[in-house]
Amino acid sequence: MIFVTTGTQLPFPRLIAAMDALAPQLDERVVAQVGPDKTPRANIETHATLAPERFTEFFSAARVVVAHAGIGSVLSAKRLGRPLIVVPRRFEQGEHRNDHQMATAAEVEAISGIYVVWDPADLARVLTSGPLEAPTDLPSDTAQDLIASIRTFVDETL
Amino acid sequence: MTTKKRVLAVASAGGHWQQLMLMRPGFAHHDVTYATTLDGLGAQFEASPAIRLPECNRHTPLRILACIMVTAAQLVRLRPHVIVTTGALPGVIALALGRAIGARTLWIDSVANAEELSSSGRMARRVAHRTLSQWKSTAEAEGVEYAGSVL
Repeated sequence: MIFVTTGTQLPFPRLIAAMDALAPQLDERVVAQVGPDKTPRANIETHATLAPERFTEFFSAARVVVAHAGIGSVLSAKRLGRPLIVVPRRFEQGEHRNDHQMATAAEVEAISGIYVVWDPADLARVLTSGPLEAPTDLPSDTAQDLIASIRTFVDETL
Repeated sequence: MTTKKRVLAVASAGGHWQQLMLMRPGFAHHDVTYATTLDGLGAQFEASPAIRLPECNRHTPLRILACIMVTAAQLVRLRPHVIVTTGALPGVIALALGRAIGARTLWIDSVANAEELSSSGRMARRVAHRTLSQWKSTAEAEGVEYAGSVL
């Protein structure tokens, strides 16, 4: 099963349409959380917003997750250990308020188990290229620095 | 030796919440109440007690008002010493109201904002005791602090 998520706040029809077009070639169930996007899709199963536990169920059961380049998607993939393909939203396409997902995508490209697809036309290649690596849940050094700093702030409050 | 404090940890559902969950070791040894915008999230992450705040953003004025009222009522009830938030707008509301009742306030801007502070971070910076960006370059450009990142 392939799970697709574009978050819950904004539609991302470019990604959902690409997955719908691709689904007949994949021979795999495709489930998508599409957010506020009411366009009917012929080949994939769509949900507007999934309850958190259902979201986690689909995410954990997926062979691979395809998502917008949201930090929530990246952190879920790390936490649940599922391979993740991210497609950044583009400001020029009206998909977000700015191009911050391009910066996020560039940053997470270095994380093993996270695959960045800059153009949905390349999804077929990555989805059919054989087994994908899964990311790990280990906290990075910078995460430990951040936690230490928060701890200092909270502990030093009188 | 530090004494236990009442901490209110606030984040909108989604990426903001997930980041807050990764930061828990920074405050979980205190008496923490979690606040988010979706029912069931607290239970899913074993974050309890958890309260729900109305989701809002700058385009939903009525929901902003609802969020302000619910947050104010919760703050009066909880009387937190410290408020920690990763955003978004409900986090700003909690910080601003919380500061008014004497809480110490910490804003950690979402790691999603790699190029500039988020719009809610810009508001939060004016009211928070301490504001962190998770990007060194953004922190320098915006005159806030960098102390690490969840990525």
